[in-house]
Formats: sequence, structure tokens, C-alpha cells
Amino acid sequence: MSLQYPGLIVVVPLLSALVISIAGWVNKRWCFPIAVAGLSVAAYSSVGLLFRVLDEGVIVYKLGGWDPPMGIAYYVDHLNGLVLAVVSVVALLNAIASKNSIEQEFPERIGPFYTLYVLMVTGLLGIVVTGDAFNLYVLLEIAALTGYGLIAMGGGRGPLSALNYLYMGTIGACFYLLGIGYLYIMTGSLNMVDIARILPDLYQSKAVMAAFIICMVGVWLKMAFFPLHAWLPNAYTFAPSASSSLIAPLVTKVMIYVMIRLILTIFTPEFSFNILAVSKPIVWLSVIAIFMGAILALSERNLKKMLTFIIIAEVGYMVGGAWLGNRVGMTGAILHIANDALMTLCVFLAVGNIVYKVKGAEFENLQGLFRKMPFTMGAFVIGAMSMIGVPPTCGFFSKWYLISGAIQAGQYGFMVALLFSSLVNVVLFFRVFEICYYEPFSDHHGHGDHHPEPIDEAPVTMLVPLFIVAAILVLVGLYTGDIVNHIVEFAIPKGLV
Amino acid sequence: MGDIIQTIVAKYNFWIYITLMMIGLYAMIAKNNLVKKIVGMNIFQTAIILFYVSIGAKRGATIPILEHGHGGGHNVVHAIDYANPLPHVLMLTAIVVAVATLGVALALAIRVYDRYSTLEEDEILSQIREE
Amino acid sequence: METIVSIKPLLAVSVSLLVTPILASSRAPNVREAWTFMAAVAKVLIVASMVPAVLKGAEIVYTVAEVVPGAAIKFRVDALGMLFALVSSSLWIVTSAYSIGYMRGLKEHSQTRYFVFFALALSATVGVAFSANLLTLYLFYEMLSFATYPLVTHHQDHEARSSGRKYLLYIVGTSIGIVLPAMLICYNMTGTLEFSMQGIFAGTEHKATITVLLLMLVLGFAKVAIMPLHSWLPAAMVAPTPVSALLHAVAVVKVGAFSVLRVLTGVFGVNLLTNLHLGTVICYIASFTVIVASLIALSQDGLKRRLAFSTIGQLSYIVLGVALLSPKGMIGGMTHIAMHAFGKITLFFCAGAIAVATGKKYISEMVGIGKRMPVTMVAFFIGSLSVIGLPPTGGFFSKWYLVLGTLQADQMPMLIVLLGSSLLNAAYFLPIVYKAFFCTPEESMFENTIQEAPIWCVAPLVVTAVISVVLFFYPTLFLNLAKLAIGG
Repeated sequence: MSLQYPGLIVVVPLLSALVISIAGWVNKRWCFPIAVAGLSVAAYSSVGLLFRVLDEGVIVYKLGGWDPPMGIAYYVDHLNGLVLAVVSVVALLNAIASKNSIEQEFPERIGPFYTLYVLMVTGLLGIVVTGDAFNLYVLLEIAALTGYGLIAMGGGRGPLSALNYLYMGTIGACFYLLGIGYLYIMTGSLNMVDIARILPDLYQSKAVMAAFIICMVGVWLKMAFFPLHAWLPNAYTFAPSASSSLIAPLVTKVMIYVMIRLILTIFTPEFSFNILAVSKPIVWLSVIAIFMGAILALSERNLKKMLTFIIIAEVGYMVGGAWLGNRVGMTGAILHIANDALMTLCVFLAVGNIVYKVKGAEFENLQGLFRKMPFTMGAFVIGAMSMIGVPPTCGFFSKWYLISGAIQAGQYGFMVALLFSSLVNVVLFFRVFEICYYEPFSDHHGHGDHHPEPIDEAPVTMLVPLFIVAAILVLVGLYTGDIVNHIVEFAIPKGLV
Repeated sequence: MGDIIQTIVAKYNFWIYITLMMIGLYAMIAKNNLVKKIVGMNIFQTAIILFYVSIGAKRGATIPILEHGHGGGHNVVHAIDYANPLPHVLMLTAIVVAVATLGVALALAIRVYDRYSTLEEDEILSQIREE
Repeated sequence: METIVSIKPLLAVSVSLLVTPILASSRAPNVREAWTFMAAVAKVLIVASMVPAVLKGAEIVYTVAEVVPGAAIKFRVDALGMLFALVSSSLWIVTSAYSIGYMRGLKEHSQTRYFVFFALALSATVGVAFSANLLTLYLFYEMLSFATYPLVTHHQDHEARSSGRKYLLYIVGTSIGIVLPAMLICYNMTGTLEFSMQGIFAGTEHKATITVLLLMLVLGFAKVAIMPLHSWLPAAMVAPTPVSALLHAVAVVKVGAFSVLRVLTGVFGVNLLTNLHLGTVICYIASFTVIVASLIALSQDGLKRRLAFSTIGQLSYIVLGVALLSPKGMIGGMTHIAMHAFGKITLFFCAGAIAVATGKKYISEMVGIGKRMPVTMVAFFIGSLSVIGLPPTGGFFSKWYLVLGTLQADQMPMLIVLLGSSLLNAAYFLPIVYKAFFCTPEESMFENTIQEAPIWCVAPLVVTAVISVVLFFYPTLFLNLAKLAIGG
């Protein structure tokens, strides 16, 4: 059984998507259990796989028994083992948490929603697990196409935002495909390990450099790296809660993973950082991304949209960290993939609960929420603390590595950007807290008995996953040492110091 | 000057796909009508498909089935005699993806039309501003 | 030196953390307060149970998690940390009693929230006291910043909101903007953040870098309220008085002072600072704050604001004493943490008692109040004496050691600063007491009938006043801890 984990991770969700779409015709109530069952198997397999990787090292899984480079092989090492576990767990928790909000927002389209949902998770898991560059493109498009559908389900401005996302997403994927085409011309292979074996002799070739840059641009478009970010805020804001809390934590992070895979495995750190001397400008680009993300977030009066700009800043963190060109910065970037996915999930789930109860995430809707929804807000505070970077939440420790990396690389601009973004996050989140904390009391002068709004919380099925995520944020923070020593340390090639 | 012409001519397939890509990109950026944008996107995708197909082509080569080879499959196989099938096969998948994307895009365009009763972007934006 | 591995420090920190869910969910106020007392007593007992070992020179350590190489989340109980933990945890019991009297006396809203975050703040305070390295200290320092925000803004009106913003801007702005990068630079230069007598920079020669880092770390811990980063403290006085009393006279501000002491003695080390003559720099910064804060205090009419500026001055005594880098001065600075705590908390309790009993907040309205509230004002007098540094109160000892320290360090200007500031202290406190008792009947603003605040308010301030006097006769515990803290 455990030998088949890499296959199960992709095949089980794929098949359950098929079953869901059929079940949806028969009885809508079957969709949710099937989706959760499929995602549970995927989550179980990927966590099991991570532990197997910890024990045995890299696992090669030949799909259908065909040998690479002819067949498609799945390579699972520490890097994608970690990302697989995060993606599948996030998807599972979100599926459970969002059940009520789906039934509230579009009760008539539950079947299609879960089909797309599970299919998207299949795509994301496939991107992470595959060892074949072209296969990655196909899965990229699977994840993207389902994502457009999930976003458009929101109605309202959703379809238009999804369409804009579709243009940009397609261009991004096409760029990636083009880059892979150049690599194929040069190496005659699509297998990542095979390409990496052949490439070193061709490092000086202009075509290889072009391939790398084109792939990079494509991936940046897909992850909304500033200034290629324009599609993201609207798409994530106008998506229904259940979709945005799946897409926001995962899509950008998986694309960061692809970027790191390109840097570390397909090309080597030697090529990416030394031969192609573009680290410095890219780090500066990410500095601008962080600053712009933070500043644009300040101008928003909608909680969900504010968070989407924070995501843009966070993408800057990870791109910058990966391109610092040292081990510590890369550690920070990889750690932040996991941490950012979890903390984004935490805040988006909290926003989902808020939207479920007060029907909107505009700042005016948030008044008095600390009294009305104390549990949701408690978890939201933990997520916010992690985004600000307060120990012992996990957000602090990835920031710690990123800043350390910046200091070691002498990139003080990046350090300043990270600190600036932390400070802006303090302002952003405390502005929200203030609104949730003060507004209804503004005429009371604080003394005497008010008649506060009674507690009106989201259902337990939405709260429990939220609490689990909030607890994970702290636990991951406390176990940072183990995660770095046992996983991230092996995810980065020895050559990178 | 002669050099440049020589490079262009020698790698004309590259220049054709780049031109097509730019046409597609231009349509996506500059066109006001959502369907025209979608058409531009499709041209963009097709350019890359053509690029892949062209790199698999080879002058004077035949399809990679031994029966069709020079000498009817009884001779030693010379790779040089056959066209590389892999890029073409990959493009079958890419075409499927492109078609799917086109379908989703058009479906979204219909949803947009349902809501705003127009496909012109500027009109949609002005409606959004009024909301 | 003996090292004992024990879970006690973690228990001491977490006992008030673990009680918060119970506090938050209890419906009856009496049950809630009973739990607060139990937690407070448990905390003191756990802290006190470690005293004998510490007095023998042992250290108690406990590692929670190895988060970053060279900087784990780790507790270490040494003499200095013990001194601070003892003061803050024992005062929590007194303040809890006082809170009951004050909050119920004024019929404050959201009392549950108040007690929950008070408990959280105390966890963080003891966490800072027991931190073994800069990372752990930073963790609890931040936790304290965020836990005290709802307390400062308790009234939820416009004034509270703007004070809350100021509070965050100064406290969190400096900790993320200044301390965090300084800490990371230290970490990347030395590979460790562990506190030790000789400091983590032993053997490095970058004088300029070390000077910059020192200034960043001393000013960055803005809870110590060294000028120009002091103005959050008067603003934070909008909080209910028990919060001002325990947090803004003892826990929060002393966490700032304590962090600076740790930076001076544990991160840089006395030897390094002496060799590079950096102690003098800090001395001058601190003495500027001492004098200017005292002068501003003179002109304040709001009683709590005057106390706040007095606190700003007194905190810089602590920094000044340790920055003298002479053994006597350091003992003076460290014991001042305890002595000032008992004196100043008494003063705040008195201010709160006056507010509860009469509703008066301004000094100009308190003429003749001694006849109405004699017990409170006698306690106020004792508290003033302690803060000024006159016998028979504990404050005398810390001032005495500070003065000796200046002589030992041969810093005549500092001696003048200390003496001048003591005069200023007397000038801003004693007139209040004088006007309260000795005024003509025409001047008096109060009836001659004795009417004190509720017993829950008066008893705590009597207790702290008595302790201030007792510390004059039995200062040995704190003096011994301070002597141990500077290495024998």
C-alpha cells in the first residue's frame, strides 16, 4: 500500500472527482462525504509519504511501470514531500470547514463545486509530485481551469474576475510551455532529472538561458509576482468563501514550489545564482513587490481584498528568499511555503466564517465582532499574529530565516522590506481589530452596563477546522527546529551554502 | 545586414511563431471586446503549438513507423530518417488544453454577458463603477 | 555553577496562561476572581519554591523547543530573573484584590476580558524574567505588548483608541522595527543569543557595529521609556488604575528595564562595555531622561500622569545604575526594580482609591483629602518616601547603592544627577501630601468625615505600603539576589 502512495495521491482524488460528478446527479448529499473521503486518502497518503521520505530518502515512482525518460516518473524528495503534505492537509481542512458556506452560497450547484474542488486539488498535488516537465504543464492547466470555474461560481463580479485571471493564467502557462520547449530542443528530454543531467554542458548556451528566463516569467505570472499581480486581488476577492480559502493558500504557494524546483533541480543553484547573474535584480524586484503589496493593502476597505494584497507581499517574501542565493534564504523560502499556506488558510477560513454570519467582509460589517464571534476572532488573531510575525507562531520563524538570509547575502534592502511589511501588517490587522473591538461602543463612554450583542458564532463544523489550523500555526512554530533539520535541510542540494 | 537576414531566414519558424504570439498578445491587451480577447488568447496558444510542431519537423524525414522507413523496415534503423514524434504527441495534449481553456473562457464570457448585457470591457467597467 | 533541569520555570509561566480559558468561560464573577487568586498564589508558590536553589547559586533551566540553532525557546532562572519574577508575581496577588475593589467599585464593563488579559500579561512578564536568551525574551516581550493592548484600551472610547494606537506604535513599532533586526544581526554575527556573563560578543572587535547594536537594543525595548520613546506611558494612563499600577509601574515598564539589563549584562557583558567605554554613553542617555522626566512631572496636574512621568524617571535610574558598570551601582539598579515597584504601586493604588471614593483625578482637586481618606494618604506618603529614597523605606537602599555606585565608578556628574533628581522627586510628591493634611479649613475641598474607598481597595495599598517599610529593615533577600546576579 505505502509503495503506491505517490500514485494514490493523484489517482484517488481524480477518480473521486469523477464519482462526485455522477453522484451529484443522483443525490447532492453524497458529494460532500465522497469529496472528504477522497481528500482524506490523499492527505493520509501524502503525510505517510513524507514520513517514508524522511526514512528512506528520495522515492521514485514510475507511473504505469514505464521507465524514465520514456515514461512519466514521480520523484518525491523532502521538498515536494513537505509541499504535498501541506497542500493535501489544507485542502482537506478547507473542504470540511466550507461545507456550510457552500450550502448557504449556492445550494443548487454543490455537485459541480465539489467536482471542480477535488479536480483542482488533483492538479495541485500532481504539479507537486510529478517529475516530468510537460506533465507539470498539463497539471498546471488542470488546476488553473478548475480554479477559474471555482472563482466564477461566486456570481456577481466573479466571472469577470475569473476571465481576467484566465487570460493571465493562460499566458503564464504558455510561457512555461515555451520555456520547456526550448529545454527540449537543447536536451531532447522532458524528465526533470534527465534534463538536469544533460544541462551542465550547455549552461553557456543562450537558448538554455532563454528557456530559464521564459519559464521563470511564466511561473511569476501564475504566482502573481509584482508587477504581474493585477489578476489576483479581484479573482480572490469575488470568489466564494470556500473557493478563495482553497485557492488563496495553495495556488501561489504551489507556484513558488515550481519556481524553487526549477532553480534547484532542473537547473542547479550553480547555474541559477552564479552563471546567470540575475539574483540581485530579482531580489530588488521582490523588495518592490513587498513594498507595493503592503502599501496597496493599506488602501483597501474590504477585509478579503486587504488579505489578497498581503498575499502579493508574501509572494515577494518567498521569491526574494529563494533568490538570495544562500542556504538560509532558501530555507526561509521553503519554510514559508508551508507556513504561509497554513496562515493564509487560517485567516481566510476566519473570513469565511465572518462572511457566513454577517454577509460581507467590508470593514463596516465587522463592527463588534469580538463580542459576536469570539472564537472565530480568536483564531483570526492567531493567524494575524503569524502574518505579522510574532513568535511563537510559525510566521515569525520563516521571517527569521528570510531576514537572516538577507543579512548573510548583504541584501539589506530585502531585510528592510520584510520589516516594513511586518510593521504594515501590524497596522492592517490592528485596524481590523479596532473596528471589531470599538465601533458599537462609540457612544457609551465605556462605563456602565451595555447590552452587548449576544454571541452568534459560526457552526461547529466551521470552527473546529479553524481551531485546528490555528493550533497548527503555533505547533509548526515550536517545531520549526525539527522541520528545518529533518526536512528542509535535505530539500536543498549540498552545493548551496 | 546580411547576417540578420540570414538568421531570420534560417530560423523562420521561430520568427513566425513570435509574430503570431505578438498578434495574440496584442489582441489580448488592446482589444475591448471580451471575445476578441479570447480569440487573441487562442492565437497565442496556437503560436506555441506551431512552434512545437515545427521543431519536430525534419526535411525529407518520414513518419516514425518502421514499415514506412527507407527499405521497408528491413534495414538498420537510422534515427536521422525519421521525424521526432514526441513534440507532435505533446501538442495533441496541448491542443486539448487549449480547447478546454477556450471553452471555459467562452462560458465565462456568457456569464459576464448575462450580468452586464454587453461584452465590451469599457461598458462593463463603467457599470461596475456605478454599482 | 550548578545547573538543575526542572519544569518549574515553565509551570511558573504557564499557570496563569492555563487559567485563562477557565476565566473566560466562568459566568459568576466570584468564581472568576477565585480562580485568579488561585492562579496568582500558585504562581508565587512556584516562583518562591525556586528561591532557595537560586540563592545557593544554582541555575534552573528548561528547554521548551529547539527552534533555531543557537537560540532555543528556553527558560533559565538566575538571580536577576528571580528578583524580577518574585516582585511581579507577588504583586499580582495584591493587584488582583485591588482590581476587585476598583472594577466593582466603578462598575466597569467587560471585567472578564480584563481578568483574562491580566493573567496573560503576567504569564508574559514571568516569561521575560525567566528567559534564557534574547529570542525567548523577545517572544514574551511581544506577547506582553499584545496582551496589554485590550487592557490599555479597556474603556473603548475615543481617548482609549488614540492611546491604544500610540501604545502600539511605540511598543510594537520599536520591537519589530529596531529590536528584531538588531537581534538578527547579533545572531548572524555570533551564532548564538544565549545570555552569559561574558556576553556573546567576546572576542569581536567591531566597535562601531557593537555601539550601533547596543543603542538599537537599549532604545528598541521602548517599554523602558527612555526618552525620546517615552510618550506612550503617559498615554497609557487611560487604562483602569490597577492596570496602570501593576503593568505601567511594575510589570510592563520593568520588563523594559529588565530587558535592557539583560542586554547590558547578558548580551554585551560588563567587560566588553567597560573596555569600549560604552557604559558612559548609556549613563548620559539615562540621566537626561531622569532629569527631564522629573521636571515634566512637576508640571503635571493629573495625578496618574504625574506618577507616569515619575515612573519614566525612575526606570532610567535602573538603567543608569547598571550602566555605571560598577558593582555597587549595578546592585543599586537591580534592587531598584523591587524597591521602586512596591513604592510606586502603592502610589497608583492610592490614586485609584481616590478616584473610586471621590472621583477626583487632578492634584489641584485634592486639597484636604487627607482628612477624608487618612489611611490612603498615609500610604501615599510612605510610597512617596520610598520613591524619593528616604528612610525608613526600601527605596533608601537602592538609592544608597546607586550613590555609592557613582562614587565607585568615579562618575561625579551622575552623582549630581541622582541627588538633583531626588530633590525633584521630593518637590513633586511632598506638596501633594502636605496639601492633603495641612491646609486651612477654608482651602479644604472635602468634608471632615472619614470616608475611605472600599476595603478591597484600601487593604492592598496598606499591604504594599507596609512592605515598603519592611523592606527597609529586611532588604537582604533582594540585595542578595542582586549580588548573586553580578557574579558574587
